[in-house]
Amino acid sequence: MIRFRVNARSAVPPYQQIAQQVRQALRMGVLTVGDQLPSVREVVAATAINPNTVLKAYRDLEREGLVEARSGHGTFVRARPPGPPPGTHSRLGRALTAWVRQARAAGLDDEAIESLLLVALQAQDEEEIA
Amino acid sequence: MTGVIETSGLTKRYRRVTALSDCTISVPQGRISGLVGENGAGKTTLLRLLAGLAAPTEGRATVLGGAPRQDLAYLAEIGFLAQEIPLYRRLTAQEHIGFGAHLNPRWDGESVRARLAGLKIPLDRPVGALSGGQRAQVALALTLAKRPALLLLDEPLAALDPLARRDFLAALAEAVAAKGDSEEGVERAWGGGRGAGGGLTVLLSSHLIADIERVCDHLILLAGSRVQLCGDIDTLLAQHRVLTGPHKDTTAIARTHAIVREDSTARQTTLLVKLNGPVTDPAWAVEEANLEEIVLGYMSQDSPGHSAGPQTARLSAVGGER
Repeated sequence: MIRFRVNARSAVPPYQQIAQQVRQALRMGVLTVGDQLPSVREVVAATAINPNTVLKAYRDLEREGLVEARSGHGTFVRARPPGPPPGTHSRLGRALTAWVRQARAAGLDDEAIESLLLVALQAQDEEEIA
Repeated sequence: MTGVIETSGLTKRYRRVTALSDCTISVPQGRISGLVGENGAGKTTLLRLLAGLAAPTEGRATVLGGAPRQDLAYLAEIGFLAQEIPLYRRLTAQEHIGFGAHLNPRWDGESVRARLAGLKIPLDRPVGALSGGQRAQVALALTLAKRPALLLLDEPLAALDPLARRDFLAALAEAVAAKGDSEEGVERAWGGGRGAGGGLTVLLSSHLIADIERVCDHLILLAGSRVQLCGDIDTLLAQHRVLTGPHKDTTAIARTHAIVREDSTARQTTLLVKLNGPVTDPAWAVEEANLEEIVLGYMSQDSPGHSAGPQTARLSAVGGER
């Protein structure tokens, strides 16, 4: 079963953090169709956040069609989010890890690496628009 | 829709001191509401009035549909945990459970045993020998054993270390979630309406905004014995923005929006505003305000027309990062 981490200091509201973590787990293949999400009570006992925050996250995921609430049983995964097949992320992630290792070895610090990534993302966006 | 707590013009004076002035609030069912304010702002007074432990000088309160009063039927519905965590230090948790059974018309001693077992807190040791965090958990479990509809907690976190605070808040949030559970102990499907079920409402005073932000979905802010804010935290966050711009006249902003706090240097002005529509002037950079900025903004406000008191100077010392 998935465990949520909630960072109260983050600019991302807690309910979005939970929804993101479910989507992420679906993309990574940690959660698959038919799996049960932890109950509101379990999440709240583990993270000390407001129960309504969890409900709100689950409701958003339901609206997106990713999960469904079965009355009296809990919340279950219904579908994967649209996107590349599972495995894609871990494959690309490994390539990126190797690249980061190179960048570090070349003496780049985290800030430099992040700005390189941002520049590459922006350049790609412009290419797609053009 | 009427809330579990509704007050109107609630005022409490002790001889010359006005502890609470003209307090009008509403807390809907199922919320965990954070009551914030400096020491002396009136938090304890408000909680005591709601618990029926004090009578208002003026105004009135309706709690769970009736006026707070010292009778068994009312008190059975209210769990009140005072700041000093009133337990008998020489008695064990088990003995407290026995006491509770004698004193309360409705009492779930088994739930206390289960809660404390889950937290690995011994039932057979004098509570005076437990840690502060464990004592707070014992007191919370005992308060919940009444199966109250409303929980009033006065600074339950103040004396606890960060780990104990977190455990306490988790236990509290779980109790609220549990009250919303259906009989099978599984969360009910979320049909219409919000709130984690129809159950427990909590009003919790604290000055730890990070904790409030984590566990509460509703906020009441008292400053200088008056209510400055009362509402759902999501709504409050949506209503407020931080504007940053070159030092300039703020009258145009003030025409449309309410400026809660203004902070100017020679070059730059930072405003906390309560929005009334979008900010259209491109000279201002608009950012979302976090709960701490909002709370501190209202606390340090010179409340015009009221006796502002000395809170401004003291709070800017605690103050925001801006």
